[in-house]
Amino acid sequence: MKYAKLMLAGATAAMVAGGVALAGEWGQYQVEDRRSGYTYMTDETRFIQNDDFENPAMLWVEKGEELWSTVDGKEGKACQSCHQDAAESMKMVGATYPVYAPEIEKLINLEQRINQCRSERMGADEWKWESDELLSMTTYVRHQARGTPMQAKVDGPAKEFFEKGKAFYEERRGQLDMACMHCHQFYPGGQLRANVLSQGQSNGFPTYRLKWQKVGSLHRRFRGCNKQVRAKPFANGSDEYVNLELYLSWRARGLPVETPAVRN
Amino acid sequence: MAKPRVKAPSSVKKGQVFEVKCLVSHKMESGQRKDRKTGEPIPRMIINRFVATFNGKEVFSADWHPAISANPYMAFYMKAEESGDLELTWIDDKGEKITAKKSITVG
Amino acid sequence: MTEPRNPAACSRRRFIVAAGAAALAGFSGIRVAHADQAMVDEAMMKLIGDRKPGDGTMIKLDLPEIAENGNTVPLKFEVESPMTGDDYVKSVHVFAEGNPRPDVASFHFTPASGKAAASTRMRLAKTQNVVAVAEMSDGKVYMAKKEVKVTIGGCGG
Repeated sequence: MKYAKLMLAGATAAMVAGGVALAGEWGQYQVEDRRSGYTYMTDETRFIQNDDFENPAMLWVEKGEELWSTVDGKEGKACQSCHQDAAESMKMVGATYPVYAPEIEKLINLEQRINQCRSERMGADEWKWESDELLSMTTYVRHQARGTPMQAKVDGPAKEFFEKGKAFYEERRGQLDMACMHCHQFYPGGQLRANVLSQGQSNGFPTYRLKWQKVGSLHRRFRGCNKQVRAKPFANGSDEYVNLELYLSWRARGLPVETPAVRN
Repeated sequence: MAKPRVKAPSSVKKGQVFEVKCLVSHKMESGQRKDRKTGEPIPRMIINRFVATFNGKEVFSADWHPAISANPYMAFYMKAEESGDLELTWIDDKGEKITAKKSITVG
Repeated sequence: MTEPRNPAACSRRRFIVAAGAAALAGFSGIRVAHADQAMVDEAMMKLIGDRKPGDGTMIKLDLPEIAENGNTVPLKFEVESPMTGDDYVKSVHVFAEGNPRPDVASFHFTPASGKAAASTRMRLAKTQNVVAVAEMSDGKVYMAKKEVKVTIGGCGG
């Protein structure tokens, strides 16, 4: 009897260590069976995310805040000129983007919206996708929604693109002939060598990856994932990736925006 | 190099030991990596010295090597007998400096 | 900085070994080369001369058992000491026995430090011992070691 109890305790400890949650253990980081990547990290990594001082990604948030009020471009405007206080005007962006944009008749994501504002309304040059400026601005803007449950709209005009994103997620690709769903839907909690697989949720992006030692965009992560199954990655901002981004926002529905998260 | 972040209490009791935390954005290029396209080694460029002074006197310092992670984080302790300025300096391989200052009142 | 290559090795074998190492190291282009005991001894000697460190029971070395990622491993330590004018910890030197170069950092304290404690984040190339050597104001040195497991992840990106 005692031996059985010991076995159960050992098995439970192993499960918890392996990222399998006991009921109710993950609080806001789990909704039904959807779990944030936060729940798959080690204690040390979570500690770094939990504290805004310890979290190196906050350096990007600070830079974003600076850029927000910096005038740029021929029109002599800053983001602040139209959008005023980001904490108010941007507070739902992180929880709802990407959205359907009627002017381009497809989805637009945050990076694209920022560049659209810059080129069409500020008369400023577009920022490169993985540049410090664009990373800082997207991190700063999404950060305004921190704590808000993800709630992207996938019906109406967005539905067509949502379906495309879902199809992409389930489509095999690359020499390894794998789909996103294989790792992230069938095997989260399992291990790929020493990495614990997560559900591949996007609620913490842009994210400080310990591996990158800097903040990186969601599309950067997509490109890496595609390369890992030896598939040719799509371009940052491609239709494929923006549609996928909407599907992922739906997969993460209810999970809190954590931007900027800290992940491995 | 970007602005550093410093966290330290604004007022402390005389002789009380308190923690100072700081973070600065820096690649800390180790010199071990190779350029993916050319195969050439990327030259080392790190912050190799960190100095904390209080009213001009050194209270803590560190020598860093490439094994210190990017965006180097440093937390240390100190105590103050009188009010004054805590000054932090980061020096890189080229001798370029970043500084940050924080006033601390001793009550 | 570069390790000498064996010119006699046939190019095909070199390619296979390099490909294997590259696969292990992932896409980040990190060279897989590690220090040997001689390098560690030399690094230590540069800092503490030929003093032999005693058992560092007063050194508390705080490191994760398994590193989430070798690029950013939290390091925390504290050395018990009165930290007064004539009895304080002068320096703590940290080494990583299995890194390409063993030196990690040296931390220098004064009596105004109040506590001989610090924390930072370090890079570890593989599973190895992290060594902390405390140098006291009276010239004595003490050492503590802790192993950190660092694994190659399966999922880069």
